[in-house]
Amino acid sequence: MKKLVLLFVLAIGIASCQNSSNKNEGESKSTEQISITAAGATFPLPFYNMVFKNYTSESGVLLTYGGIGSGGGIRSLGDRVVDFGATDAYLNDSQIAELPAEIVHIPTCIGAVVIAYNLPDVPELKLSDKLLELIFMGKITHWNDPQISALNPGVKFPDMEITFVHRSDGSGTTYIFSDYMSKVSTLWEAEVGRGKSLNWPVGMGAKGNPGVAGTIKQTEGSIGYIGSEFAFAQKIDFALVQNSSGNFIKPTIESISASAQGDIPDDTRVMLTNSSDPNAYPISGFTWLILYKEQSYDGRSEKQALETLKFLNWIVDKDAQAVAQQVHYAPLPSKAVEKAKNILESVTFDGKSLLK
Amino acid sequence: MNSEKITKGALFIASLVIVLVTGGMVLSLVGGTVPVFSKFGINFLFSSDWNPTEGREEYGALSFIVGTVLTSVLALIICLPLAFSTSLFIGEYYRGKRISKIIGTLVDLLAGVPSIVYGLWGFYVLRPFIVDLGLSSQGFGIFTSGLILAIMIIPYATSITSEIITLVPNDLKEAAYSLGATRLEVIFYVIVPNARSGIVASYILAFGRALGETMAVTMLIGNSNKIPGGLFDTGNTMASVIANQFGEADGLKLSALIAIGLLLFVITGIINALGKFIIKKLS
Repeated sequence: MKKLVLLFVLAIGIASCQNSSNKNEGESKSTEQISITAAGATFPLPFYNMVFKNYTSESGVLLTYGGIGSGGGIRSLGDRVVDFGATDAYLNDSQIAELPAEIVHIPTCIGAVVIAYNLPDVPELKLSDKLLELIFMGKITHWNDPQISALNPGVKFPDMEITFVHRSDGSGTTYIFSDYMSKVSTLWEAEVGRGKSLNWPVGMGAKGNPGVAGTIKQTEGSIGYIGSEFAFAQKIDFALVQNSSGNFIKPTIESISASAQGDIPDDTRVMLTNSSDPNAYPISGFTWLILYKEQSYDGRSEKQALETLKFLNWIVDKDAQAVAQQVHYAPLPSKAVEKAKNILESVTFDGKSLLK
Repeated sequence: MNSEKITKGALFIASLVIVLVTGGMVLSLVGGTVPVFSKFGINFLFSSDWNPTEGREEYGALSFIVGTVLTSVLALIICLPLAFSTSLFIGEYYRGKRISKIIGTLVDLLAGVPSIVYGLWGFYVLRPFIVDLGLSSQGFGIFTSGLILAIMIIPYATSITSEIITLVPNDLKEAAYSLGATRLEVIFYVIVPNARSGIVASYILAFGRALGETMAVTMLIGNSNKIPGGLFDTGNTMASVIANQFGEADGLKLSALIAIGLLLFVITGIINALGKFIIKKLS
């Protein structure tokens, strides 16, 4: 029995030791090393992984990013457990009103959603918006459908069922894809609509961009939409999509950049899908980091806020933007960078702008 | 006296934690389901609509209930003959022999394999095999998930059943043999009646595991939120829809997912109670 009591005492002792050591760590961090946490979208994850690492080795500021999905990122910011969140779909006014305080959007790069497919004998596939509607709404069920052949003369399509693979979890990638579909197809807009997760007319689901990419790679006759980097990395074929000018466009850095040549509002909340630029790849979009406009909350130190802003200012600048191209995201156009910097200057701590 | 009190107190606290955790879980689950049930009422259980698109939200759990029941029952049907034969092999025919020890160890090994490993194997080996057989064009669906679930629960059922079979007193069996019974007769008239409550319990346990299994099923069922049109069609289960969609869920959708969680909790509870009842009736 005495042993038991001793054990209890020991356990309590160890627990309290840990507490005090934690406290010490926390204190030393605030004086020496700043640690910034963020969470959200998985679509730009390859880009963020790289720039976060680069920034840490450059500045010594510790950055951690959790790829938990855009919705998770928004919720984490709402719960104030992260310094900033990440999302592929901008928050609409009612979503912003639900958050405890005013937030701002900072675009970081432009990504494309590619239509990936697995047909070993078809090296190039052209798809028009009409064909996309027919395939993704289940109106065309086989690859050798004459409507597909008509657009792809000279290509021999197999007599194989079309397996549409979509996301089973909610996702910003789905939002960009469905926003495009809603713009080009009234039928889609009426029956399916746009959102982070949808009531799919056909197809099967897989979890996350890697899940969809893996399923397409493994399943002959499948087609689906994924963040471009995931198709490039796994060497999955993707289709040329017809844009609003009627050109069939391959998703490249140039064609993705072209989609952002139009007007960008001051708060940068804009969808880039179905761009009117004749060279633009039509299914692309900004991805954003979101943070509170007033940084003095929950006892955050001014230094923490300043370091957060410094990082955001760095990520829209040229060094980080150059990294975006290495992982196949298009860099921000200069006017978007300018607007992002203006927004960052409007972020305050106790009412004072931090970056000026 | 003093040490007596401390021990009693410590044990009491430990047990209280269990009560608190169970109660707290039920309470928070029930609390979370209020929005969805107040909007859709009991219809939530009988509707197969699942539309998370903003402004058109419509939630019903029926397709997931059907998917869960179909895959688990299919798994149980496949599991029954295989697990029963293996346990007879280990527990009776080759009891105590080297071969049954080897097989018994393998069964225990299989029971300990994490479900993600079964999922991986199912995705890269079993699924292409089903495509090659021409059973389905992409290999995902109810049948593939049922098959992988069966493989996962066979070790459970086998290991408990063989244990129970070994426990049947030798005196009874010898008495039957002395009366001229054949081995088959001993099995069906002595061993099975004596061990039936344990055997049934092992299958119920296995069924319970199939109901709640998430990871391997998510990887193989195809995750389409509709009532499956056949054995080789894709569908979704209750556990898998929660695993897939909780990350981005909020508001009404989150409430619908919690309601499905509560439903799974209740169904597993009913299955367990049923098992206990059957064991009581039979023994």
